[in-house]
Amino acid sequence: MTMNPWILHLMKRLFPPQVLLPDIIGIDIGLTIAAIAAIVFLTKTKRWGWLWREWITTVDHKKIGIMYLLAALVMLFRGGVDALMIRTQLIAPHQHFMSAQQYDEVFTTHGTVMIFFMAMPMVFALFNAAVPLMIGARDVAFPRLNAISFWLFAFGAILLNISFSIGGSPDAGWMSYPPYSELMFDPGVGENYFLLSLQVAGIGTIATGINFLVTVLRLRAPGMTLTRMPIFAWSALITSSLILFAFPPLTVALGLTMLDRIFGASFFTLGHQGMPMMYANLFWIFGHPEVYILIMPPFGIFSEVVPTFSKKPLFGYEAMVASLLAISILSYGTWVHHFFEMGAGPGVNSFFGLSTMLIAIPTGVKMFNWIFTMWGGRIRITVPMLWQLAFVPTFVVGGATGVMLATVPADYQYHNSYFMIAHFHNVILGGTVFGLLSGLYYWWPKMFGWKLNHRQGVWACLLFVVGFWLTFMPQYFLGFQGMTRRMSSYPPGLGWTALNFWSTIGAYVMGVGFLIMVYNIIWSRIHPDWDTTGDPWDARTLEWSLPSPAPEYNFARIPQVHSRDEWWEMKQEGRTDEVKISEKTVHAIHMPRNTPMPVLLALAFFVGSIGMVFEWFWLAILGGLGVVAALAYGSFANYSEKEISRDTILQTEAQLGRLES
Amino acid sequence: MSTATETHRSVARPPEFEDTHESIRILGFWIFLTTDVVLFGSLFSVYAVFRNRVALGPTPHQLFSMGPVLAETLILLTSTFTCSLSLYAARSNRLKGAVAWLTVTLLLGASFVFLEIREFAGDVMAGHTWHQSAFLSGFFTLVGTHGSHVTIGIAWAIMLVLQLMSGGLTVTNRRKLYTFTLYWHFLDIVWIFLFTVVYLLGIA
Ligand code: HEM
Ligand SMILES: [Cu+2]
Repeated sequence: MTMNPWILHLMKRLFPPQVLLPDIIGIDIGLTIAAIAAIVFLTKTKRWGWLWREWITTVDHKKIGIMYLLAALVMLFRGGVDALMIRTQLIAPHQHFMSAQQYDEVFTTHGTVMIFFMAMPMVFALFNAAVPLMIGARDVAFPRLNAISFWLFAFGAILLNISFSIGGSPDAGWMSYPPYSELMFDPGVGENYFLLSLQVAGIGTIATGINFLVTVLRLRAPGMTLTRMPIFAWSALITSSLILFAFPPLTVALGLTMLDRIFGASFFTLGHQGMPMMYANLFWIFGHPEVYILIMPPFGIFSEVVPTFSKKPLFGYEAMVASLLAISILSYGTWVHHFFEMGAGPGVNSFFGLSTMLIAIPTGVKMFNWIFTMWGGRIRITVPMLWQLAFVPTFVVGGATGVMLATVPADYQYHNSYFMIAHFHNVILGGTVFGLLSGLYYWWPKMFGWKLNHRQGVWACLLFVVGFWLTFMPQYFLGFQGMTRRMSSYPPGLGWTALNFWSTIGAYVMGVGFLIMVYNIIWSRIHPDWDTTGDPWDARTLEWSLPSPAPEYNFARIPQVHSRDEWWEMKQEGRTDEVKISEKTVHAIHMPRNTPMPVLLALAFFVGSIGMVFEWFWLAILGGLGVVAALAYGSFANYSEKEISRDTILQTEAQLGRLES
Repeated sequence: MSTATETHRSVARPPEFEDTHESIRILGFWIFLTTDVVLFGSLFSVYAVFRNRVALGPTPHQLFSMGPVLAETLILLTSTFTCSLSLYAARSNRLKGAVAWLTVTLLLGASFVFLEIREFAGDVMAGHTWHQSAFLSGFFTLVGTHGSHVTIGIAWAIMLVLQLMSGGLTVTNRRKLYTFTLYWHFLDIVWIFLFTVVYLLGIA
């Protein structure tokens, strides 16, 4: 039988040798079986309709938060497997568990997945889960746009994640510097996948930024002035505004690289007077604020967790807000510290070195505020609090090594060494991830209605934290001894062997910690410890005045706010009955209707992106038309609201025991 | 409600500002525009850095000619004016006027895009593709991004005309018209910067 040459060509393009490695084929088979099993399960239990109505077309921020969270955990797993592959390769000198090419692909995917498809969605998960509830709102400002953001993220993530089995993974690092990322040096579709997936997810991120900025500015309950707002809501406000200014330069950097690669432009090429360094500038004008986009929400989370579990109001509320603002503004003046070696001259470098160091000051202020909040408080060691306690020393070390890196002459030594790798893992894992996991344990009961088992949570946290220190402390010393980032293997005799060995062991310990966390979630789902009070932690802010999980409309009656920590005050003053309603006080509520438009829009983006990745322009145009069609449909289909009647509300609230007697 | 606010009300703020839902959308749109400012800002800085990186291709001075660009400028400025007339008609509750002026606006926009495409096509015919130099890449992308914004605006205006004709001057349609005029003015301002930074400085 002879194969049609056209099909042969297509097969070669979809399955180049790069993706035909035995381990990848093994994973492909495993995933296919899992997908078939899922389809069979959904069909057998007749859940397709449920999936479509309750989840895929939902515009409810609480459900969108849950979807973000589950997706982020899956991505944490994926990025974690990549990390373990990297560390396995480096456990001893001259290992060839992976080829150098595969190693490049794996570290690229690791970084990209962790930053864009794990940390960002987990931030958005907690924004969605908590912010509207804590400011006394019934939803976000633009519920349908919120769903669009989620689906753009989801399809962006799918795009990046299918690259390793269809067409080949990107291999130019998470920052994808040209000229290496240009067609001349990096042919194939991997880099295209990188560019398109980040572009699609990035549009969603900008939309989320707009959404939460307006939500916090306009939807606060009466009486909740800006200075009575919980710090987590502040962090959402500030993170959102950082997103608005940080993501467009990324859009441009990615877009211009795409024009170079797919349409033959000459922006960052070596020939035709292109200028690769321009990319580095654009990327880091995005990139440095991005790291603060990742750390502000955890700062906000800790500012909720610490007062709750110390039974004290937050120390220095004003200073907390001021330092958040200061950090957000300073973070725009530091990007050059990522390439002091570019040769900008001593004046420019000193400026950026100093501005970088300045950030340590407001960060230190926050540290002291949390410690003073705990000081003299009645501290309860819960899992969220444990993550916070682990965070304090880790982040101090991470910040201090950051200041070392900001010392320009010294950075000529540290730059792109394992010292720098250790620094940013110190702040991103020890800051962002610890913070997000703290928030996950804290708001879990509010999101799902049941608590996560305490003992298992403690074990997960302890193992993770021990593994963390074991992994990254040796890497500082590896950096001192000259090991540079992105080496796929190293020779013996350089004094690196033992340090690398322990670093790898640490990574596996962290992996075990993660598995226990997954076990913790599954176990607690099977043996649920229902949260019947709605306030399992004896907490302070408005979301805890609601039942867990909150009903569709959140607040049957929007509360009137008199102070910071309103719910705590209500409890102190015995006013908790204020949240109950009676026949007289209840009114019908208007809520947005479900709509398939967001998922269809994102699907069209996905189809168009596949067309761009493989340079099948007919498909790209088809996708583009799909986008236009979805937008037009969204504009014309009268995006109406549904009414939840008084009776329904009364019934729901009665079931929740929230009717005035 | 006190009488003070009553009299305040009667000074008649447009309905799209009074409605909570719609006024939230207007705020959202303003914020979207700031992200677009940053987008254009990034492209402008790329262009500024690449302006003299002409490689073997033409310099700005050799490439640009004033005639078509002046025509484009005049057309776009006029369209901003007609766009405001459309909003003015809507505010005075004249549906027909609003639709008519909006149609004029989108036709002017279309002729702007047509002239721009002709200019680009001429450059490409002469062999000046963006492959030739970093300068040309920056030029085509910056001006082209503006042009594609105008194109999107035209598509938006077409939908808006249809919605106005079928639904009339509802609050939602008024808000859409208002945000459209914001968008159109914004593109006009960007063009003035483009005209100055790219063309005037290039020809000078
Ligand atoms: C006191 C605060 C901080 C200072 C002074 C600081 C300083 C620096 C400097 C100077 C570099 C560049 C090193 C080099 O390339 O040679 C760097 C890299 C980095 N930092 Fe920080 N940093 C701080 C906090 C943070 C935080 C909070 C995060 C994230 C949550 C973060 C994430 C990163 C990342 C991701 C990189 C390197 C990215 C790469 O090249 O792949 N940093 N930091
Ligand atoms: Cu930085």
